[in-house]
Amino acid sequence: MSTRNEPTVRIQKIKKDTIKTRLIIFGALALILLLCSVFCEHLTPYDPYLQDLKNAKAPPSLEHLFGTDRYGRDMLSRVIVGSKTSIFSTLLLVGIVTVLGTMVGVFCGWHGKWIDTVLMRISDMFLAFPGLVFAMAVAGVLGGGLQNAIIALVAISWPKYARIARSQTLAQKETPYLKAARLSGSGTWKIIFKHILPNIVGPILVTSMLDIGTMMMELAGLSFLGLGAKPPTAEWGSMMSDARSLLSSVPWVTLAPGFAIFISVMIFNLLGDTIRDYADPKSRGR
Amino acid sequence: MEPVLKVENLTKVFTRKGQPDYTAVNHISFEMSPGECLGLIGESGSGKTTVVNMITRLLDSTEGRILLGGEDITRLSGKGLRKAYREMQMVFQTPTDSFDPRCTLGDGIGESLRNNGWSRKAAKDEVVRLLEVCGLSADFAGRYPHQVSGGQCQRAAIARALAIRPKLLICDEATSSLDVTIQQEIIDLLNELRWTKGSDLSILFICHDIALVQQFCEYVLVMYKGDIVEQGTPGEIIQDPRDPYTKRLIASIL
Ligand SMILES: Nc1ncnc2c1ncn2[C@@H]1O[C@H](COP(=O)(O)OP(=O)(O)O)[C@@H](O)[C@H]1O
Ligand SMILES: [Mg+2]
Repeated sequence: MSTRNEPTVRIQKIKKDTIKTRLIIFGALALILLLCSVFCEHLTPYDPYLQDLKNAKAPPSLEHLFGTDRYGRDMLSRVIVGSKTSIFSTLLLVGIVTVLGTMVGVFCGWHGKWIDTVLMRISDMFLAFPGLVFAMAVAGVLGGGLQNAIIALVAISWPKYARIARSQTLAQKETPYLKAARLSGSGTWKIIFKHILPNIVGPILVTSMLDIGTMMMELAGLSFLGLGAKPPTAEWGSMMSDARSLLSSVPWVTLAPGFAIFISVMIFNLLGDTIRDYADPKSRGR
Repeated sequence: MEPVLKVENLTKVFTRKGQPDYTAVNHISFEMSPGECLGLIGESGSGKTTVVNMITRLLDSTEGRILLGGEDITRLSGKGLRKAYREMQMVFQTPTDSFDPRCTLGDGIGESLRNNGWSRKAAKDEVVRLLEVCGLSADFAGRYPHQVSGGQCQRAAIARALAIRPKLLICDEATSSLDVTIQQEIIDLLNELRWTKGSDLSILFICHDIALVQQFCEYVLVMYKGDIVEQGTPGEIIQDPRDPYTKRLIASIL
């Protein structure tokens, strides 16, 4: 009997250990990325805005790892500096959308009745429009700039989070432990913060982690249309679209920020997956 | 003496989209006196859970009145309802699911105490005492529900239900998901609690096993398809069942 059980116990333990290891690795990578964007000014080998026309369109070399653009600016430095705008505005955007959407969703799910109906119809309305087009309209009305681009994207993205949070809340409401909490005399706020949110935060967090990439691209898209970050501000998205016409002759100018987006999106996606596995209470144990 | 619980004409009609209305509970009335242990039996789907969910106000009733210690709680909500919960607690059918997977058992047991103004320290000590009363050691307070067995979890659930010292304890098939020996232990524990508490704890014991009810309850209601079809002492019901459904139920266990 015991010999039979041992392998499964070991496998479970290994699984638990790998989740922890993954969490540490991806968490560390994400942290490096964040630190990189915080201290970007001190990490650049060259001045990212310094033009050196003699050295324009230089291919990647030991001096310029990612080459230079058409003004001779060092691409590596520009990518590093661009991380500040790209990563920070994306994280800010995802953070706002997550908190706002979750608040609305939990409120609807918990309260039910007419408020639920009204808010969900409004979210349907938002979902009925093609997202980016709507965001463009909003950003256009507000008049460009990174801040307005973020507002526009929040406006189109909150319904998704509201829906997830609402359905999760409805499922939580039916659980015996929530009924037990009500019988224990806990009020609405205590139930929401102590019992509902900790139990639904996992899937929501995973969704927002997995959304970081999309949001990054959408912000870049708006920047490209002149509705977000404006040149010469180094921002990955606008850098990419900036060099679009030169893709065949100087591909590294497009590829360098593209590579940066690819790496960051991947790190955040893997981190999101790991957080989901880790947040599952059954995989944690003692 | 004032009844602990009085239920008058309680009715629940479920309305579902695209389907005819379904009367899960049909005008039932009964009352419980202090210290009494009342059994409610009936097959699966007969409406037992619906009845207790209405009594605990987790579900709104369609019709009827619920009086807890003389106070009408049929339409209570918010603060008034939370006050009523000091008199009435419940033990659920699925022990593990009745504790928040993210909180320790001690947290769950102490929640009602903390909500009623106990200090953290006092609540913690009381949780340990309650665990001991229910036959668990103090270290269970720090465990999560998935780290204990079903029987242990049900003991913790009973500890939680008794924490605030209610007058009425409702056990909705509290033993059904446990195996036979553990079932007996839980019954023994409930019996012990009844007699040590100075007999003012009333228990509404819901079950679909008449043998368990027989050794535990003074009076039994038999439910069938939302109606109370028969009532009496367990002895009367077993020896002289009048309703055809009860007859079948008795026949099935003899
Ligand atoms: N929320 C609900 N909506 C519709 N029908 C329900 C609902 N809850 C219970 N029912 C129905 O009410 C009947 C009684 O259920 P229940 O009280 O759970 O029975 P028991 O606890 O005796 O097994 C069942 O037929 C069930 O399908
Ligand atoms: Mg039931």
